[in-house]
Amino acid sequence: MFAYLVRRLFLMLVTLFGISVVIFFLLRVVPGNIVDILFAAAGYVDPADKANLEKELGIDQPLVVQYWHWISGFLRGDFGYSYVSEKPALQEILPRIPITARLAGLALLFSASIGIPLGVISAVKQGTRLDYALRVVSLSGLSLPSFWLGLLILTASVAMFGQMPIFNPNPQTWLEAFATYAVPAAAVGFRSAALTMRITRSSMLEVLRQDYIRTARAKGASDAAVNYQHALKNAILPVITVIGIEAAFLIGGLIVTETVFNIPGVARFLVEAIRWRDYPIVQNLVMLIAVVVVSANFIVDMLYAVFDPRIRYTD
Amino acid sequence: MRSVWALAAVAALSVLTAPTTTLAGEPKQGGILRMYHRDSPGNASIHEGATYSLNVPFMPVFNNLVIYKQDVAQNSMDTIVPELAESWAWAGDGKTLTFKLRQGVKWHDGKPFTSADVKCTFDMLMGKSQQKFRQNPRKTWYEQVNDVSTNGDLEVSFNLKRPQPSLLALLASGYTPVYPCHVSPGDMRTHPIGTGPFKFVEFKANESIKLVRNADYWRKGRPYLDGIEFTIIPNRSTAILAFVAGKFDMTFPTHITIPLLKDVKSQSPNAVCTVEPTNVSTNIIVNSSSSPFDNIDIRRAMAMSLDRKAFVSILFEGQADIGGTMLPPPQGLWGMPKDMLESIPGYGPDVNANREEARKLMQKAGYGPDKHLAVKVSTRNLAEYRDPAVILIDQLKSIYIDGELDVVETANWFPKIARKDYMLGLNLTGSAVDDPDQSFYENYSCGSERNYTNYCNKEIEKLFDAQSQETDLNKRKKLVWDIDRKLQEDVARPIIFHARAGTCWQPYVRGVTVMSNSSYNGYRYEDVWMDK
Repeated sequence: MFAYLVRRLFLMLVTLFGISVVIFFLLRVVPGNIVDILFAAAGYVDPADKANLEKELGIDQPLVVQYWHWISGFLRGDFGYSYVSEKPALQEILPRIPITARLAGLALLFSASIGIPLGVISAVKQGTRLDYALRVVSLSGLSLPSFWLGLLILTASVAMFGQMPIFNPNPQTWLEAFATYAVPAAAVGFRSAALTMRITRSSMLEVLRQDYIRTARAKGASDAAVNYQHALKNAILPVITVIGIEAAFLIGGLIVTETVFNIPGVARFLVEAIRWRDYPIVQNLVMLIAVVVVSANFIVDMLYAVFDPRIRYTD
Repeated sequence: MRSVWALAAVAALSVLTAPTTTLAGEPKQGGILRMYHRDSPGNASIHEGATYSLNVPFMPVFNNLVIYKQDVAQNSMDTIVPELAESWAWAGDGKTLTFKLRQGVKWHDGKPFTSADVKCTFDMLMGKSQQKFRQNPRKTWYEQVNDVSTNGDLEVSFNLKRPQPSLLALLASGYTPVYPCHVSPGDMRTHPIGTGPFKFVEFKANESIKLVRNADYWRKGRPYLDGIEFTIIPNRSTAILAFVAGKFDMTFPTHITIPLLKDVKSQSPNAVCTVEPTNVSTNIIVNSSSSPFDNIDIRRAMAMSLDRKAFVSILFEGQADIGGTMLPPPQGLWGMPKDMLESIPGYGPDVNANREEARKLMQKAGYGPDKHLAVKVSTRNLAEYRDPAVILIDQLKSIYIDGELDVVETANWFPKIARKDYMLGLNLTGSAVDDPDQSFYENYSCGSERNYTNYCNKEIEKLFDAQSQETDLNKRKKLVWDIDRKLQEDVARPIIFHARAGTCWQPYVRGVTVMSNSSYNGYRYEDVWMDK
């Protein structure tokens, strides 16, 4: 087990090192740097001013030196300063993480709580009008881009209620706080819910044809008991896998949703930082995400090994 | 009796047709003005930027020596009023401009404002001080200033190399606030200290900017508002919907395009909206240093192929202006009169005849129906650049030029044109001050950093200097018209149109004036109040 742990730990560190190199150099491959952007915004280029600013920010140094400064700082917990706001990068990143985490959590909750029950109903009522209707809903969920759905929700809210569910940084009540996140979470979670529903339906259909389901019915179990206790329990594994994958892909949808609903989360902030070529923000933020994902994978791998001895002996 | 009614009607009409100023009753104190902001400015230092994204939220923090009267829409020499200065006077030779400064003014951190602050600010702008701005985009404005000298705490003089009456116009711009000596340029980028009607509270990048009333403001009784809050919403649809839903008291100034304005008015019929020129021209930059545009015939043919009215009707539903370098009248002070404009090749109303002439020039240069000229039309990857570029490409087809759109990311746009890595480009040029000195020297003088086309004509430079020194307004105007005409004939930077845009506010917001010949000078907001 110890050898397995060391091996996985080593692999994790190698992966993180690879990611850090890719992040660092990919950012430099993108044309233009912060100085170019600042001068573009000012509408002129003064070579002397430009050189001074590049020197001040340290981006005139060789790439290897820049990489070393960044990665050694990251390991020490020194994330540097944002080129744009000139504030500590960590101070800029940290307050935005809970906002996006809440939004992502609610979106996943929406996805599971809507997608799974409707998927079960669709499977149980296969071939009925209800099934067709639900399949149309799920298909539209997969087809609608989240930015368009978001704008549609905003426009409809203004037209119908004269109100707009735009981000409120200081909600006064629990309900206000919920409303701040619920609508955008629904907009971004709708696609995931549709996918979850389709996977649940197909998985349930497969399970419902199994012998043990027929046996359960023959024993006189109720429909609810058969569908939810016997069938869903066995059909849920692929659904959980899909929800897990969706969670990783959620960041893409969140960028759009945070922009449309004007939510000052980390996803929109990342895009803005990329636009400004704000290297300290982008590098550290992406690296933090990578550390979280790789660490989560490491923990899961350890748990597999704990629960399944075959892994720790054969891997 | 009839004359009384006529007078009343004229008075009523004049009120109704003064679209940019709200009807004001007795102003009320209090309230927070909520406005959305179109993007997150890079920093908070007006002197280090060249976008009105900076002026709108941070101009209320500062004062200038002089300022364009904030309740008059058209900026001119006649509307310049003292601000941190109490008065000004030109010396007899027109080479010294002396300001008597206001006594008892304090910076927001409590320190006293003195002539040393004025000297510091302009020394930094001229690059003469130890402390430096990271960027100094308007250094050329002060090229004629030899030095700034003080005489005690309350007098400051600008000593010029030669007379330049329009220096006062430049000093009145929203781009010319006085900075405190005791605060570094770095701190001014993150936490600006001014003497203005509002104090800076916080700037959260991509989120919000907050200002609060300066209770010690030197102008007693001002500002009326308790504060101003800008919520940064880069998505235009979301921002406008939020205004319609009543989340904001005012839109970002000149942020509403003409087609969108109809939507706003239909969804929010009580909103007060105005459309004004932005003094931003859409123009063509031509790389005349390399083939094929080193050939003046091809450049002229290209300029003559333009159907400017088509641009204006497609992009602005007819609500934009056609002119030369200077903003056309009536809002523009220096634009050529219509008859003079239409006498310039390519500006005549008969587009087909212009294009026939253009085709002859192209044939003279060796191109025709069987031999088209292939060019890349470079432009910045922003809608206001891309859309006219597409129309331009379509129009160039009529004179055997096949254009291919080359969309350049914003970060690479200015470096690209600075190294002349383009054939033909579509560009936007904003003028902070409606004055020829700002426009001519910046965009057309030999060696200027913003002279992207490298147009250099020593004869015309002499005329730049002549108009700059002219104190007789009418004589100066005639000189300016001649220069503008010559610039268009030389195809220095063909102007396609001057844009207009809309601003809206809720009916209870009073005292708002949108400037009609600049987008950079009208955001002090000390006279704005809420009637609710």
